[in-house]
Formats: sequence, structure tokens, C-alpha cells
Amino acid sequence: MMRSPNQKQTVKRIFRQLKSYWFLIALSVLMAVITVAGNLIAPILFGDAINCMVRNDTDFEKIYFYFALIGASIILTCLAQWLLNIINNKIAYSVTEDIRREIFGHIQRLTLKYLDEHPYGDIVSRNIADVDQFADGLLMGFTQFFTGILTIVGALVMMFVYNWIIAIAVFVLTPLSLFIARFISTKTYRLFRKNSQIRGEQTAFIDEMVGNLKVVKAFSHEGENIEKFDEINGRLAKSSLDATFYSSLPNPTTRFVNALVYAAVALAGALTIIFNLPLPFVFDVGRLSTLLSYANQYTKPFNEITGVITELQNAIACAGRIYELLDEPEQIPDNEGAKELGCAEGEVLFKNVSFSYTEDKKLIENLNISALAGQRIAIVGPTGCGKTTLINLLMRFYDVDDGAIFVDGNDIREVTRHSLRKNYGMVLQDTWLKSGTIRQNIAMGKPDATDEEIIEAAQNAHSHKFIMQLENGYDTMISEDGGNLSQGQKQLLCITRIMLSLPPMLILDEATSSIDTRTEMQIQSAFTEMMKGRTCFIVAHRLSTVKNADLILVMKDGKIIEQGKHDELIALGGFYNKLYNSQFAI
Amino acid sequence: MKKLLKYLSGYKIESVLAPLFKFLEACFELIVPFVVSAIIDNGVPDRDPGYVGWMCALLVALGAVGLISAVFAQYFAAKAAAGFAEHLRHDLFNKLQSLSYAEIDSLGTSRMITRMTSDVNQVQNGVNMVLRLFMRSPVIVFGAMICAFLIDALAGGIFAAAIVILCVIIFGILLVTIPLYRKVQGNLDGITTYTREALTGARVIRAFCNEDKEIESFNAKNAALKRSQTFAGRVSALMNPLTYAVINVAIILLLYSGAIEVNGGNLTSGEVIALYNYMSQILVELIKLANLIITVTKSFACAGRLGEVLAIEPSLIRGPFVRNEGMPFIKFDNVSMKYSAEAGKALSDVSFTAERGDTIGVIGGTGSGKTTLVNLIPHFYDASEGAVYIDGVNVNGYPDEDIRGKCGIVPQRAVLFSGTIAQNLRWGKPDATEDELAEALEAAQASDVIKSKRRGLEERVEQGGVNFSGGQRQRLTIARALVRKPQILILDDSASALDYATDAKLRQSLKNLDYKPTVFIVSQRTSSIRHADKIIVLDHGAVAGIGTHEQLLEECPLYREIHYSQYEKKEAR
Repeated sequence: MMRSPNQKQTVKRIFRQLKSYWFLIALSVLMAVITVAGNLIAPILFGDAINCMVRNDTDFEKIYFYFALIGASIILTCLAQWLLNIINNKIAYSVTEDIRREIFGHIQRLTLKYLDEHPYGDIVSRNIADVDQFADGLLMGFTQFFTGILTIVGALVMMFVYNWIIAIAVFVLTPLSLFIARFISTKTYRLFRKNSQIRGEQTAFIDEMVGNLKVVKAFSHEGENIEKFDEINGRLAKSSLDATFYSSLPNPTTRFVNALVYAAVALAGALTIIFNLPLPFVFDVGRLSTLLSYANQYTKPFNEITGVITELQNAIACAGRIYELLDEPEQIPDNEGAKELGCAEGEVLFKNVSFSYTEDKKLIENLNISALAGQRIAIVGPTGCGKTTLINLLMRFYDVDDGAIFVDGNDIREVTRHSLRKNYGMVLQDTWLKSGTIRQNIAMGKPDATDEEIIEAAQNAHSHKFIMQLENGYDTMISEDGGNLSQGQKQLLCITRIMLSLPPMLILDEATSSIDTRTEMQIQSAFTEMMKGRTCFIVAHRLSTVKNADLILVMKDGKIIEQGKHDELIALGGFYNKLYNSQFAI
Repeated sequence: MKKLLKYLSGYKIESVLAPLFKFLEACFELIVPFVVSAIIDNGVPDRDPGYVGWMCALLVALGAVGLISAVFAQYFAAKAAAGFAEHLRHDLFNKLQSLSYAEIDSLGTSRMITRMTSDVNQVQNGVNMVLRLFMRSPVIVFGAMICAFLIDALAGGIFAAAIVILCVIIFGILLVTIPLYRKVQGNLDGITTYTREALTGARVIRAFCNEDKEIESFNAKNAALKRSQTFAGRVSALMNPLTYAVINVAIILLLYSGAIEVNGGNLTSGEVIALYNYMSQILVELIKLANLIITVTKSFACAGRLGEVLAIEPSLIRGPFVRNEGMPFIKFDNVSMKYSAEAGKALSDVSFTAERGDTIGVIGGTGSGKTTLVNLIPHFYDASEGAVYIDGVNVNGYPDEDIRGKCGIVPQRAVLFSGTIAQNLRWGKPDATEDELAEALEAAQASDVIKSKRRGLEERVEQGGVNFSGGQRQRLTIARALVRKPQILILDDSASALDYATDAKLRQSLKNLDYKPTVFIVSQRTSSIRHADKIIVLDHGAVAGIGTHEQLLEECPLYREIHYSQYEKKEAR
């Protein structure tokens, strides 16, 4: 097995991960040895018992003695095997738990930059599928790999002890078994890859066409689809025939090799007895039966071990991916002496701020904004102008590259993240709810809120009515990402969440984009009430919603190109004026 | 399952040969202990090396013949299963494509996809396993028992008892663990949800400083997962030791009864060894059999679900083709619509008419029935009361292709399919010329999308059209609907991603189309529909007003409210 240095490191790290379980692992090894020994001893004792059977001269005393020994060995072996299974389960599942706990904690501290740049599915699959695969590999490694090798070696040694001729015959046949297993597994691997590739192609096609069946039907495109489908389907049937056929070969071929080994043992054994070949121990019919039984045990592990090796390699690869994730740098921790911001007044200052997501693509350069406590700041501009980036910086999801942001005169890097974020209430365009009850979701920012407070907030946000229409009112479970609610309802809940905690500063990013205009008008008054005395940052497409702002920042390509009040900007006749008038164009 | 059996009918020979060869293989395997016992009882005492040699050659031959039978069996089984799945998938895909919107809604996309993919695979696997193993494992297990009976009746009895006890243990443990593992899976799903939420909600979680709380609840779930895994593992950990004990105790009993018989001269030691060998053979096969039964039960469940899908009959009502002379081009006559019998009315008593070339605006809040209304025109759904007439004919009187050929539909979600732009545009008219495509693109304000792409019309579209912006996708889907020059054009809120200026230009060019389609524009913005010939205002499925912009501003309070929520009063021009 070739191992790259990287793989070596991963293996080393796996061992380190397992270190705290050394006692259980040692116990597991001990139990494996006892189990294998028991498996090897029983056929000997059975052979001895068979030897005592002679017509009219059977030595029942001796047979009973052997039975007693066998009985004892059975009990011991069963116990050892049971403990082995339990210990291995314990090790595998504990390690799984450890790793998952580590990963999840790590995710909470990872930089948002990493999270934004990596597909979620990939990270999820590392925490779920990869960890599972890793645990399976560990479990199989412990249970099958180790006992398999012990069995092979033990059986060979015992054969040598009792009849070296048989042992040599068996030993010579061994490479055949390995060779066949190897041949089939490489062939199967290729075919399986091809098969899963075509299957992937078909799934993608099904995904696309069944997922958009309504469009397909609207354009009467069914005929073309079935043609294409049949073409892929035909290829799939062919490749699946190949893959299934070849993957089903290892069992019968192993059985055949087994038959060869079996015949060799029978032949060599019978001949030794017939010619009375000199051996250190007496070789008789009973011993022959012992070795025949070994022959049955001998080939099985070969087959398993090839499977286990693939599994182990797979597990190492998975561990590599897991460690890669765990090695991603976390966000810089809060400064040692970072102070608590407390309840801020709400004066926000951007001073010469520069920021970019990637080094080669400058985004914000030398940005200066000053927002007085209680002011309403609107940010407008075309998509990609840096509006969302401003929010990222305000909340300190990202750190500035240059310059500084001050809240109440404190550089936000000098205060704790928690105390900074507690001062902001944020409603994003991209609504997010967690799976749980409505109540839990509303109380996210204020876990100790009373029912009355929650209901009051909901009434203010005009969400009370629809919540009460749900099956269990405030205790209705919402599924992952609020799947069973409409976009507008989700947004109302996000607004309710803020209405409840009422922090001194607000960030509203297209906060009402999915709410129909009537409801929006209705909650507008509550919004106005909420914004009173609070510093607000409002991002909006619909310019009518930002007209009353104290300060409008018009952004383009990361720069503020115009700023001022609505009337001033209209009078200026610049970009804002153009933007504002375009919505009334016919 | 029965319904699905017909898909095997093309593979009758394979389906018979596969188990037959498996049966042969099992029989050959059962002969082995007899041969060994012959070696021990005849070859060894007679000191006849030639006999021993021949018998060992026979062992090899049995193995070889067994291997050949097995290879044939596996091939036939794989062939039958693959062919079975191929035909099944074909029919399923056809069936899904024949469903009407109502069935599509009730089945749901993800369910349909699961049926087509993992369920079919599961069933294919089941068919393959049944053909391969159903004749092997039982034959070996019961064959071993019969052979034991042939050697010695008492030994046969021990076999029977051992098999029964083993079955109880194996199936008992499997039956107990299946629900346990389902619980494990449930816990794992919970962990998955938490992980995904930690990522999708990273900003919100951090904004509310809920990181530690999330970690805490994740750890609790994680610990619960471990507990359920350990518990399930503890039960299945019993399998090996218990079966080992039963087999070995059975061997002790066999040897004991064997010893008595040998002593009495009724049995030879070779035969005792043969019995011993048979006993070792059955365990592996019993475990295989148990797993087989589980696989088969699972695929039966899948087969049942597939059978249900295949049994669905499209529920769309087909009426007679009767033309009522003198009717306007489109007529909604007291139309009500319910999505299911229990549901409330999504549309109630809607009546209006439209002529060729008219532009009809449809407006209303979320859930007011706008999409439902336009979906009735191409007969995607049946009206539950009243009727929709096009050209004087009830829409249910047209064959699907005819009525849909009249309509150009631009759905709310701008979906493009993987392929090239040209391929996407030709969905509505496979033989459209490049000029026709260009014309449609021009009208849909999408010419610049093509110009901005290096390969123009031949530019690749990734699945879901992810390499185009929302606005580009929308304009391309509009162009796609225009290619067939429809008599009725339906824009279901399909200009939402366009800026005001482009939206206005689009409406202008639709107005100037030389084939004068009747255009339905569904929108939330009054600016998109204010110039329509007729505006239908919907409120909770009912008509709140019909008329022109000016009329509605006068007469319809709801329309007024919607309009002024978007434009303050003084700006309304």
C-alpha cells in the first residue's frame, strides 16, 4: 500500500486522536486474541473427541473430558467476542462523538470568510458522511482486520505444528487467493466508477426534468425527454450489468479457492496417514478433521481483508478531509483586554476604511461615514456596490483591512464581539429561521422573554395573526429554514425577533422585500416607532422606503459617490436622481 | 410487487436459469462432506493413495463446476435485474411525465426524484439478490439438514433444532435492531440539520450571540446519537457470540450422539466428520439468508411505492370538443377552483373575457390566486366550478398539445435547462430558424444577453442556468415563450428581476408584436400593469375589481391601497 507523506501524517494524527482510549484498545486487542485462540482451539478438541470414537471401544470418559474443555472454551470465546464487539463499538462511537463535537465548535468559530467561500454541502458532508465513514473504517479495522490477520497466522502456525506438509500446500495456494481478490477488486472498482458516473448523469437529468416537470409540460417537451432518457437509461443498464456481475464474482471465486485449499488439506492429510509420514505429533483422523476445519476458516479472512483495506484507505482519506476542516484558522479571538461595550448610544464612525474580500480585487477604499446616535442612514446603489459588505463590517463578520470603525468612540476591535453584536438588531433579506418552535425563534435574542413580551412583539410586527392561524400557535414547529412558511411570513418573524430584543442600533437589509406592499404599509408604523431614537442602517431597492432617511449614501463600486438628504440628492441631478426616476419610467 | 413482475417478463429465461444454476452450485457444495467422509472411511483405512487422489480430484472438480455454475447464475441474475430496472425506469419516467399539475403538486418533486432513483435501485438490488441467493442459502441450510438426516436420524434432529434456534436468534436480533438503527438514523438527521443550520445561519447565530447555545444543544444531540448507536450496537454485538455458542453446542451434541453410534457400530468416524462439516456450513448461509430477507423486505416496500406511482391515473378531466359560436376569444365563466377537496377555494366565481391582442393585468397580494387564475388557461388544472373557454371551446375539450401550443408561458421561477441557449429557446418550437430565435430575443429584450456571451446562441447553459443572472434568465425564458408565436402569452410575475426601464421596454415591445397575442401579466407592481386594457384585482381568490387603471383607482379601494403603497399619492400620475 503506497502512502504519501500526507497520509502518514493523517495516520499519525488518528493515533493521537485514539490515544485517550489506549486502555480500551489494549483490552480490545486482548479480547481479539482470546477470540481467535478459542476459534482455533475448538477444532482441535473436536478432533480429539472424534479420535476417541472407535467401534466398541469408545472412551466416553475422555470424550466427556474433552466436552468439558470445549464447553469452557465456548463460554470464554463467547464472552471475549461479546466484549470485543462492545469495546469496539464504544471506541468507534466515542471517537465519532469527539470529532463531531470538535467540528461543530470549530464551525461556530470559523471565519465568515471561510464559510462564505465554501459550499455548505461540503462542510456538512465532512461532519456527517466523512465522520461516519471514518468510524466505520475504525470499527472494521478493529473487528475484522486484526482478527482476520490473527486467524490467518494462527491457522497457518497450527497447521505447521501438526502437519508441515499440509501447511506448505496451503501456503503455496495462498497467493492465488490474494491475486484473484485483487484482480476482481480493481476491475470492479473501474466498472463501479463508470456505473456511478452514468447514474449521476441520469440523476442529474431526472433532477432537472422532474424538478421542472411543470415547465416540461407547458412546452409539451415530454417526447424529447423520453428519447434522451432512454439513451442514458440504456447505457446505465449496460454498465450496471457489468458492475453487478463483476462485483458478484469474489464470493464464488473465493469458494473455489477454498475448495482447492480444502482438497489440498484432504489429500496431504490422508496421504500422511496412509504413508505414516514421521511428524512431531501423531497425525490421525481427528487431526485431519481439525485441519479441514482450519481450511474453512483460513480463506475467509483474505476476502474480508481486501475489503477492509479499501475501507481503511477510505477512512484515512475521510480523516484527512476532517482534519483539513479542523485546521482551518478560526476567527481572531477577542483581544485580551477587550472591554464590554454595554448599551451603546449608537454613534458609528467609519474612518479611512479599506476592505476587500480578495487581495487582487479592491472593493472598499478609504471609506468615511459618520452616523450620529439616532440617525437613519440609508444605503442605496446597484447590485454588487458593497452594501452587504458594509453590514459585514458593521457586525464585525469581517475585519477591516485598513482604517477603523468606531462605535461610541471605541474601535470595534477593542470590544468583545458579543457585546458589539448585542447592540445591533439585524433583519436580512435572506431570512433565516432555525428548526424549532416559533417561540424559540422569536426569543433568539432574548431567551428569557415572557409570553406577554413575545406576543406583544408579534403584534407590533403584524405576525401575531398568522402565527395564531398556525396549527399550534406559538408552539408550532417550523422545519429546517422555515420550509413550511411563506417568504413573507419568514420575514415577519425575523422582524418580530428584533422587535422583541430592541437593541440600540438596527441593520435592515431589504427587510421588507418579500412582504406584500399592503402588509408592509401596515407594519411601517411599528417600524417607525422602533426606529425612533435608534441608529439605523437601511439597505433598500425600493427607494420610496428610504426617502425619509437623515442621510442617504449612494454607493457604486465600493465607493460613496453621493451623500445627503433625499431632496438634496434629487436637486443634485446625479446618479441618485437617475436611479430614483427610473422606477417611474413607463 | 406483482405489478412490477411484468418487467421481468422479457427476461424469463434469465430469471429461471439464474436460480437454477445457483441450485446446482449449492448441490455441488453439499456433496463435499460426503466425499471427505469417503476418503476417511475408505481411502485411509484401505491405505489406497489412488482412491484418495481421485476423491481429492473430485473435490477440485466439484469446486470448479460450482464456480462455473455460480458465474452463469450471477450473469443471468445481473442481466435480468439490469433489464428489469431499465424497463421500470422507462415506464416510471413516462408516467411522471404524463401526470397533470394536480398530481405533480400532491406527489412533490423530491418524492418523484426519490422514486425514480433510489427506490428503483433498491428494487433492482432486491431482484438481483433474490435471483442469486434465494435458491442458494435455503438449499444449503435445508440440504445440510437433509443430508444429516440421511446419515443419521438423531443427528438430523439436532440440525433441525439448531436451525430453529439460530433462526430465532438471528431474526430476533435483526428485528430488534432495525427500529434501533432507524432511531440512530433519526438522530443522525438531527445532527445533519444542526450542522447545516450552523452554516446557513452563521450570521444570525453570531448576531444574536447564540454560538454557545448552539454548541450546547448540538452536544446534547450528539450525545443522544452516541447513546442510541451504543445501544443498537450492544444488541447486535450479541449476534456473533450467541450463534457461535449454538453451533458449537450443537456440534458437541452431534459428537456425543455420534460417539454412541460409532461405539455401537452404526456410524463411521468419517460420517461424524461429515456431520461436523455440515454444521459449520449452515451458519454463514443462515446469516446471508437473514440479510437477504431484510433486503427483500426493503425492496418490497420500495416496490409498493413504485406500484402506487405507476397506478396513478392523470385526473385531468377530458370534455367534448364543442365550439360555441360568438364567444369572445377567452372567457372565464363563474370559475371556482380548489386544489383539493378539503382545501378552501383558491379562486371563487371569477368571470371575465378577453379579446385577441388584449393585455390583461392580474394583481393582488401573496396567495390571492393570481397564479391559479393563469394556470387554468392552458388547462394545467381543472376548474372545480364554472368553465374556461378559449375560442369558444371549453379548455378541457382540447388535447393537451393543442391547448398548450396556443400558449406561451413564462413561469414565476425562471428555469433554464442544461444545454445551449439555442436548445433552450427551441423548447417551444423544435424547428425554429435562427431568424425566428433572434426575433423572439429582440422582443424579449434579450438580444444583449446573447451578444454578451462569447459563443452567442451556442453558449452553454449549466443546470438551473446558474451561469446567467436572474434578470438574464428571466428575459431568456420570455424569449423561449415567444419563439412559438403563441396566441396567448402568460407572464407569471416574470419581470420581477428586471429593472423598471427594461420592464417598460419589454411591455412596449410585447404590445408591438405583429401576431397580436393576448397577454396576461401577473404582477405585484402596479407599474407593470397600469397600461393594460383590463386589470383584474384579486383578493383571497375573489375578484375585487376589474377595469382599467384609472377606473380601478376610482372604484376599487384595494387597488388604490396597493398602488399608493408603492407610490405616494402625489407621485401618482
